[in-house]
Amino acid sequence: MGVFQSLGRSGLRLCHMIGSIALFIVFSLRWCLIPPFYGRQIVRQLIDVGYYSLPVVGLTTLFSGMVLALQSYTGFARFSAEDTVATVVVLSVTRELGPVLAGLMVAGRVGASIAAEIGTMRVTDQIDALETLSTRPMQYLVGPRLIAGTICLPILVLIGNIIGVFGGYLVGIYRLGFNSSVYLSKTLEFLEFSDVMLGLLKAAIFGFIIALMGCYHGYYSGRGAEGVGKATTNAVVSASILILIANYSVTALFFG
Amino acid sequence: MTDEKKRNVKIKISNLFKNFGGDYVLNGFSLSLKKSESLCLIGTSGSGKSVALKCLIGLLSPDSGSITVDDQETIGQSRPQHEAMLKRFGMTFQFGALFDSLPVWENVTFRLRQKEKLNKKEAKEIAGDILSQLGLAHQVLELFPAELSGGMQKRVAIARAIADKPEILLFDEPTSGLDPITSGVINDLILNSVNRLGATTLTISHDMASVRQIADTVAMLHNGRIIWCGPIKDINHTGISEVDQFVNGKPYGPLTTNKRETLQTKQTEISV
Repeated sequence: MGVFQSLGRSGLRLCHMIGSIALFIVFSLRWCLIPPFYGRQIVRQLIDVGYYSLPVVGLTTLFSGMVLALQSYTGFARFSAEDTVATVVVLSVTRELGPVLAGLMVAGRVGASIAAEIGTMRVTDQIDALETLSTRPMQYLVGPRLIAGTICLPILVLIGNIIGVFGGYLVGIYRLGFNSSVYLSKTLEFLEFSDVMLGLLKAAIFGFIIALMGCYHGYYSGRGAEGVGKATTNAVVSASILILIANYSVTALFFG
Repeated sequence: MTDEKKRNVKIKISNLFKNFGGDYVLNGFSLSLKKSESLCLIGTSGSGKSVALKCLIGLLSPDSGSITVDDQETIGQSRPQHEAMLKRFGMTFQFGALFDSLPVWENVTFRLRQKEKLNKKEAKEIAGDILSQLGLAHQVLELFPAELSGGMQKRVAIARAIADKPEILLFDEPTSGLDPITSGVINDLILNSVNRLGATTLTISHDMASVRQIADTVAMLHNGRIIWCGPIKDINHTGISEVDQFVNGKPYGPLTTNKRETLQTKQTEISV
């Protein structure tokens, strides 16, 4: 009986969470579209989410591109297909590694920071104070973060893609001994516009997910330091899992 | 109630009920405030004072009851009506609730800037004027809340609450955590600000020295309802043992009977 009770309780809790996230999405999207628009808040978030994430995303994609070049060379050398290394690097980075790695890194940096900031505002009554000052907290806190997340991540991924491909190029030329112009021509030969666009579409979805999970868990944070800590952990874990699920879903949708 | 008396009532709270998980924090709470009256709501910790205040300003929805401001029902208002009503209120929170990410001048003029689109220079001038009335120098304008002392934070919170000259002011424990001298200063500031604005004021406080300094009327909340309400001069002669115990700070009495019994039971269990 105890097992069924706890299963039922978990099921109800899951349904409650899904419903509450769905409502949160509806309300936050609504407040993104209705004036007043808090321009200064949006700019602040664009800088926080975009500009300050650039070093993390740049380093991650640089080393991923480099290691991908080494590993694919090792694999392809076994059936004499070394000349496909450049193509594999550029396709893997633009279609898959760039968006996913940047998404996961930004989820750790920005998702945690959003949840901690909004959670602290919740436990110190700052969100109630906003309400008493005739400002809608959803519009002031959530809207700008969702907009910034959705805009910034594709830009970060685009820059990360260039850095990642450059990392592969460096390894290809200086470690594996490829000819520079051949490597570059192979890089561009099979790359299609749709590959880049698919990566950027994924990035926009991931950016929205990261900001949404940060805002949701922060907004409904429990009391005290423990509540904020849990909110931060939940924001990062749920954003990371949802990014992986969304990644497969979008890839499957545009497969072929 | 005569027409004259009815006209004089600013806020009327009637028969308010609010429960959390089946525990009724407000259990038939009723209170009225006259125009320009300063009322202090006292009661033991956890007696529901802050919940009553949050219900009044609409941060919490009561289970049932009625709240009117100038004879206008506020429970069940539409969002625009509620927002219009909020513009008539100014509130300070127990721990200040200043916005960490904004400097002092932006905290003080937060509502004014939303309403009037002031430029930075005008907003700083207004914030500086209000803060100087509260005894704070212009140097604090650019500081962030984390860089201020507890007393300064309380003053900035009061400045934010009065910046838009509200008709109704709510103070949630404005002197908690402050030394007696700073508490006295804060009380003076509240009194001066309220007199200057002519605002109706509801203050929550545990501090009887503050209550005596700022209140015209005192109401005591116990078990979710008001057990006594009257002028401050009568507080020592209510004939109600709960009020007497609270006012004189006696450790034993009707307010602590249950707590003492629980403590004794626990001690017995431990010794067994």
